[in-house]
Amino acid sequence: MSSPHIFEGHGVGQTMFRVMAALVPGIIVYVIAFGPSILVSLAIASITAVAVEALMLKIRDYPVKPFVFDGSVLLTAWLLALSIPPMSPWWLIVTGTVIAVVFAKHLYGGLGNNLFNPAMVGFAALMISFPAYMTHWPAPMALTSAHLGFADQLSYMLTGSLPAGMDVDAINMATPLDTLKTQLHLHHTVSEVLRMPIYDVIGGKGTVWIAVMYLLGGIYLWRARIITLHIPLAFLGGLFLMAAFFYLKDADHYVAPWFHLVTGGTMLGAFFIATDPVTAASTPKGKIIFGLGIGALTYVVRVLGGYPDGVAFSVLIMNAFVPLIDAYTQPRVFGHVKQEEASR
Amino acid sequence: MLTAIIVMAAIALVLGAVLGYASIKFKVEGNPLVEQIDALLPQTQCGQCGYPGCKPYAEAVASGEAAPNLCIPGGPGAGQAIADLVGVPYEPLGGEAAEPAPKAVAAIDEKTCIGCTACIKACPVDAIIGATKQVHTVISAVCTGCGLCEPACPVEECIIMDPVKTDIGNWKWEYPTYEVKKVA
Amino acid sequence: MRTLHTFHGGIHPPEHKSESNGRPIAQAPVPRHLVVSLRQHMGAPAKPLVQPGDKVLKGQLIGEPAGFISAAVHAPTSGTVTAVEPMTVPHSSGLPDLCVAIEADGEDRWAEHSPIDYKSASPQAVLDHIRDRGVVGLGGAVFPTHIKLQVNGKLETLVINAAECEPWITSDDLLMRERADEIVKGIEVLQHLLQPAETLVGIEDNKPEAIAAMARAAEGKGIDVVAVPTLYPTGGEKQLIKILTGKEVPSGGRPYQIGVVCTNVATVYSVHRAVNLGEPMISRIVTVTGNVRQPGNFEARIGTPVDELLQLAGGALPDTSRYIMGGPMMGTPLPNSGYHVQKASNCFIAASDSLFPPEPPAMPCTRCTHCAEACPVNLRPYELQWFIRGKNFDKARAYNVFDCIECGCCSYVCSSNIPLVQYFRYAKSELMERDREKRAAEMARQRSEMKQQRLEREKAEKAAKHAAAAAAAAKSETAEDKAAKQAAIAAAVERAKAKKAEPQNTENLSPAVQAEIAAVEERRTKSGEAVNEEA
Ligand code: SF4
Ligand code: SF4
Repeated sequence: MSSPHIFEGHGVGQTMFRVMAALVPGIIVYVIAFGPSILVSLAIASITAVAVEALMLKIRDYPVKPFVFDGSVLLTAWLLALSIPPMSPWWLIVTGTVIAVVFAKHLYGGLGNNLFNPAMVGFAALMISFPAYMTHWPAPMALTSAHLGFADQLSYMLTGSLPAGMDVDAINMATPLDTLKTQLHLHHTVSEVLRMPIYDVIGGKGTVWIAVMYLLGGIYLWRARIITLHIPLAFLGGLFLMAAFFYLKDADHYVAPWFHLVTGGTMLGAFFIATDPVTAASTPKGKIIFGLGIGALTYVVRVLGGYPDGVAFSVLIMNAFVPLIDAYTQPRVFGHVKQEEASR
Repeated sequence: MLTAIIVMAAIALVLGAVLGYASIKFKVEGNPLVEQIDALLPQTQCGQCGYPGCKPYAEAVASGEAAPNLCIPGGPGAGQAIADLVGVPYEPLGGEAAEPAPKAVAAIDEKTCIGCTACIKACPVDAIIGATKQVHTVISAVCTGCGLCEPACPVEECIIMDPVKTDIGNWKWEYPTYEVKKVA
Repeated sequence: MRTLHTFHGGIHPPEHKSESNGRPIAQAPVPRHLVVSLRQHMGAPAKPLVQPGDKVLKGQLIGEPAGFISAAVHAPTSGTVTAVEPMTVPHSSGLPDLCVAIEADGEDRWAEHSPIDYKSASPQAVLDHIRDRGVVGLGGAVFPTHIKLQVNGKLETLVINAAECEPWITSDDLLMRERADEIVKGIEVLQHLLQPAETLVGIEDNKPEAIAAMARAAEGKGIDVVAVPTLYPTGGEKQLIKILTGKEVPSGGRPYQIGVVCTNVATVYSVHRAVNLGEPMISRIVTVTGNVRQPGNFEARIGTPVDELLQLAGGALPDTSRYIMGGPMMGTPLPNSGYHVQKASNCFIAASDSLFPPEPPAMPCTRCTHCAEACPVNLRPYELQWFIRGKNFDKARAYNVFDCIECGCCSYVCSSNIPLVQYFRYAKSELMERDREKRAAEMARQRSEMKQQRLEREKAEKAAKHAAAAAAAAKSETAEDKAAKQAAIAAAVERAKAKKAEPQNTENLSPAVQAEIAAVEERRTKSGEAVNEEA
């Protein structure tokens, strides 16, 4: 044993559980906007994640208890569940979670060793394999007359059957981002599209308020010194700048930058996903580059790419650059004249 | 089609130029292989590799005559590094003899020494001083611990290899116990 | 008001100063048995000058400096030397080290000692005087003070380090409250020696009494007492210099390179006693705190048993399980109280599991970067531990592991409870060992080449000689010559035999040694016989 003899570190578990607590306000608003099905998603993802994690730890001969209770796998499960459509069938959630935990986390060496954000790997795998399920979100409750009760939602998720007289199209609709993209392709202008009922003042109905709650949660994380603001601000800034540039050029075909900030996975991505410490850049400068990169790429995928949202892919792409970014952004060490490239 | 070919050719040219430039700019001023190998050897000069010293062994490895795994004091560390340098696979030298002996320095029992100078001749680094019929002594700071003087000495129990003891001066911090994984 | 600067990172651990700073410094009685280590300072251990049975006086030199970086050691009281041998010393290795044990005679009689008039003496004479009084830095690193004060060239700033940023420790605080005038006298000695453009005393702002006392004593002496924000490790030499002057000591360098000398306040006090009173460094102020009934500060002789200090502090409470010498951030853990006060011992903390809960088991690093945010040197502890765990020491060096000051901030904040500092200490000692080995190998290589060359030269010479001799012999050898030679050879053999019977290098020796040689001879013949029997 050697010095120091006092410690402040709360353990990985506490950090993870506080991050999850910061997600709760967003989840509450989520339930109000889309109904309680998200809770079922969260439950399915959590149970699967814990089971798979325990199994993997057993196989890899690691102590199960401390690692399951470090909360990291639960957080992964939650982020995945919050990223995919809330009324996804159970097998979709399970598949995504298994991919996230087994392939993205444990095959890379488990906690702390994975190069790519596990939740986003799960998301991306689902997006590529089951695009139809991943692009159709239930309409916000405020918009649909075909109201599904909790029991109906549950039975749909577990068995795929809907109450008599309803079909999938009646309850599902494209997301605000998706709608915008499709409509712009049909040569409508932005202002025409935004008059559609799915949109609220500046974003999608319901989703705006979820985004605001995520923002508040993110601010809590910053105040609690769990994250620094480098990555979120750079992410939002990068996205905003790209959007502003095109918006100022052509407001008819490019939607306003604030729209981008409150729709899709922006806020969740900026404060909860991109900030995952294991897979993010770690130097102050590196964090800014990392965040800017995600923001800019997100815009590119959203506007030019084939997928409705780009957060997941952007995060994964930037994850791949993290070792490089870190190596080239080592800060100046005390007493050194200028920063030396430690990458030598 | 034509554009494609031109583009590919252009890329090839550019990359070729870059590579060519890099090879000039970052050229490693090579010390001859022998010296590079010699630098990786512990310079104990003990001859346990079967050659009369580190340099001859380095020469033998460089010419491909000897395997890179014969240096016992250097252990797998030196072996691996040499194997990487000359580009041959490294195989650990098996057997008990391959275990490097704990670091030691020679000490001459001054009451037993007969002043024969046999050890002086044996010492590869001139770490022993003395003259005929005078008591010899070892400069321990220079001794590599090769042990060649021990068999050279005609007197029993005159030269002993004294294992280097740990004291506060040369004590090293230990690797922290870090038991994440179950101890197998 | 000066503009203060900042350094990166730092932490705010609970201070725990009020436990021990409420009572004045108490004189610890001279103990009956003292154990004085000969390695009380950075550098080579002192060479013992006494033997068991010797009578020593208080302040008498018992260990002389060996080498350039080394320091003198003195007898803390008068009495009899009972042993000079390796004994347990407070060191992280737990290894014994050479110590002088003294049994006090209770008279506490001074050896001759005299002050030096530093104003009229030459600077070198004052430095020598300080060196001979065994003054070393009392801030923790125990670097010999006379070396630190040897500066050529202009000095801009003299910094007196009175930050005392480690939790629990209050010895400097109390010293400043009670003996500010003496401290200032010590500062004046340094000012005279170094002629700095300015003199700054940096005190953390959680010690208002000490600041007030020092400011009062320093009035009109050209000394600036500066309150610095409380933040660990402000008391680090390089950190305090940065805060006060904005200048950074270059990596691997020393403060004088940027025109600064920094000394701990307790050291300055010892300089005053050495120069103005002639007293060697034989006592110091020690904080005894933690799990004891009445924590406080004691002026104790070097070599005082820790147990006696604990008794003075009301005794350790029953659930005490271990001790710490120094503060909780950088102190040396001690398994029990069977140690003795060293020059480096600014504090002894009795620790129990409730006061100092053991660190929870380590988890893998999540790269949360809290450690990097806390590091006062702006290192990347998570990258370093990653390299070190992979035994990639060269990479650790490239990421500046040698700039780590082992302050412990990173381990303190690590959310995975990784013993980061221990990794860095391990890597440093491993790297230093490798460098040593490299140097040794280089030397061996050169020496072996030299020997090779010499042998070849000798061979060539011999060959030349032989050739010449053979040529000469062929010309002039006659039968008479041959006979004479034979006779000569026979005579030589006779002589050799006679010599063997009576070795000459054992003449003129004391009877004891003669007897020893006889024993060896016997052993030799016996072992020879044994070999013969075996053969
Ligand atoms: S112990 Fe070293 S690495 Fe850790 S915070 Fe202190 S200086 Fe930085
Ligand atoms: S504080 Fe600990 S867990 Fe966090 S980055 Fe540093 S070493 Fe890793």
